[in-house]
Amino acid sequence: MTDTLKQPDTRTLLEIYRKMVRIRLNDERFISLMKAGKMVMPYYSARGQEAIPAAISVQLTDEDYLVTIYRGIHDMIAKGVPPKLIWAELAGRSTGACKGKGGPMHITHPKSGCMVTTGIVGAGMPIACGLALAAQLRGERRVAVTNFGDGASNIGAFHESLNLAAVWKLPVIFVCQNNRYAEHTAFAKGTSVERVADRAKSYNIPGVTIDGNDPLAVYRAAGEAIERARSGGGATLIEALTFRFNGHLIGDAGEYIPKAEYDSALAADPYPKFRQWLIDGRHGTQAAIEAMEAEVKSDVDAAVAFAFASPLTDPCEIKRDVYAHVTA
Amino acid sequence: MSTQINTIQALNWALDDAMADDENVVLFGEEIADAEGGGIMKVSAGLSTKYGTRVRSTPISEMAFTGAAVGAAIVGIRPVVEIMLMNFVAVCMDQITNHAAKLRFMSGGQTHVPLVIRTMTGSGFQTGGQHADFLESWFCHTPGIKVVMPSNPADAYGLLRASINDEDPVIFVEHLASYWNPGPSPERGKAIPLGKAAVVKPGKDVTLIGYSRSMLDIPVVAAKLAKEGIDCEIIDLRTVSPLDTDTILTSVKKTGRAVVVHEAVRSFGVGAEVSARIHESLFRELKAPVQRVASQDSPVPFAKQLETAFLYSHDDIEQAVRSTLR
Repeated sequence: MTDTLKQPDTRTLLEIYRKMVRIRLNDERFISLMKAGKMVMPYYSARGQEAIPAAISVQLTDEDYLVTIYRGIHDMIAKGVPPKLIWAELAGRSTGACKGKGGPMHITHPKSGCMVTTGIVGAGMPIACGLALAAQLRGERRVAVTNFGDGASNIGAFHESLNLAAVWKLPVIFVCQNNRYAEHTAFAKGTSVERVADRAKSYNIPGVTIDGNDPLAVYRAAGEAIERARSGGGATLIEALTFRFNGHLIGDAGEYIPKAEYDSALAADPYPKFRQWLIDGRHGTQAAIEAMEAEVKSDVDAAVAFAFASPLTDPCEIKRDVYAHVTA
Repeated sequence: MSTQINTIQALNWALDDAMADDENVVLFGEEIADAEGGGIMKVSAGLSTKYGTRVRSTPISEMAFTGAAVGAAIVGIRPVVEIMLMNFVAVCMDQITNHAAKLRFMSGGQTHVPLVIRTMTGSGFQTGGQHADFLESWFCHTPGIKVVMPSNPADAYGLLRASINDEDPVIFVEHLASYWNPGPSPERGKAIPLGKAAVVKPGKDVTLIGYSRSMLDIPVVAAKLAKEGIDCEIIDLRTVSPLDTDTILTSVKKTGRAVVVHEAVRSFGVGAEVSARIHESLFRELKAPVQRVASQDSPVPFAKQLETAFLYSHDDIEQAVRSTLR
């Protein structure tokens, strides 16, 4: 763990960990219910990437905007979308965040600032620029955070968005969660630069590569970017190096990942490392950490129960929300 | 007596009045600010001088600025984006069809995108295959988007005001060759409701249905046929999607005959949809099958004689009408 200036206080550190626990336990439950045949969905697990949104989100408020992607339930949970609304959404219930009409790739919850989740690689970045522009035009202090993977740094939307954000000095933070694989293609095979953050230079905005498995490094880099955006200094590109342990999609056996690489990534799993670091650094006792984990687990139980006790969304909903008014 | 203005002036008034009425109205587009010339057709001339940063010239980045308009619209800005030519929508279709059109539905109604995309097209200027297509069917085939295609200055004003006021995303298609045609001046401040076709001329023998460019041609042919005693009813759809089926069916119920005319290519076009709806509802009352008049199923060609062969002619419309009367 990086120990530096600007270290978050114990309360913040525990809040980061609580978010990581919440992400992990929900993720594990999604997978176990899918494997049990109780849920059917395309699910892109972010197991392994928990530290990134957790350490960013503790520095954001509900007023700040989030745009994320299909592998984004960790981002949503960290930002504050209530897990029970996510569960009900994935179970196709009328109580779901989007009444079951969006699903795992399109969860939206404006109350917590989760404005758009897209299933199209790179497409969130232009939208985040627009959210940031709205804040800028209105003289608000909000920032927009947009998450994407390393694969998205090769799509046009990334390049157009960084350029627009630079030209208009938009309060937006581009967070590339570099998990080393664009679907099944290794980073180096599809990317012309060694580091995604190097591309920031082309657009004349700051770019930084950090260890995305180190919550303190993420906290510090995000803090600087957020401060820059809030104070009118414009956009930042953060490349957070990480790994996803459950493949591109649940069901992906990951044959394209060399075993040695997988094992070394697993050894760098941010979750147990940060947990031990908190205990070693006396930010919390083993018992206190376990109590927190148990509390989160019972929240997950309650969220699952809420979802499956809720009514299924009525098929007549297909006619609603297409336009403002139902058309013939 | 009414003053005559052209569509460029009408659109400029509509943007100006909308910006004056609502500070959330913001314009994006390539070279739309006065420093860059006020837009390729000068539709936004003078507005950046009047409204400052609310009129934003953008880089040539349709995907970025259309996507930015989507994002801004979600939080209550009312962006009016100018996409210089309709063919350029192809580079930002993802933002339009996957995002603007669907966010209301996919979010379960929590967000929506009150965005207007103004764009322009039309053959006849030898601009070739990538600068003159009518692509409205792409958007008509996308639930969640409205498609508005005015044919005269007064409608252009009223429909643009309504489009900006609308809570749904609107593709607003302007027709290049008729920008400078004068027409009666609009009543400023008055919106024309979307989804309502106009019966431009009543008639009893055959219903001619058009929009945008074809509304320049249909009246010419109808006037010629009137001399032979053929009385055409003319409908300007104005809003192509959602389609004003009621007005169409009411008319065709009366005439028993219909011809649909558009500049877009024939196959899988708006004419096919209009024709299908008429046949589905009025099959037994029709005196003849509905006819379609449209451009050839080819890319828009460059050479003048080819371009002329691409677009329907007045004679094509006339023959289509006559075929329904046989």
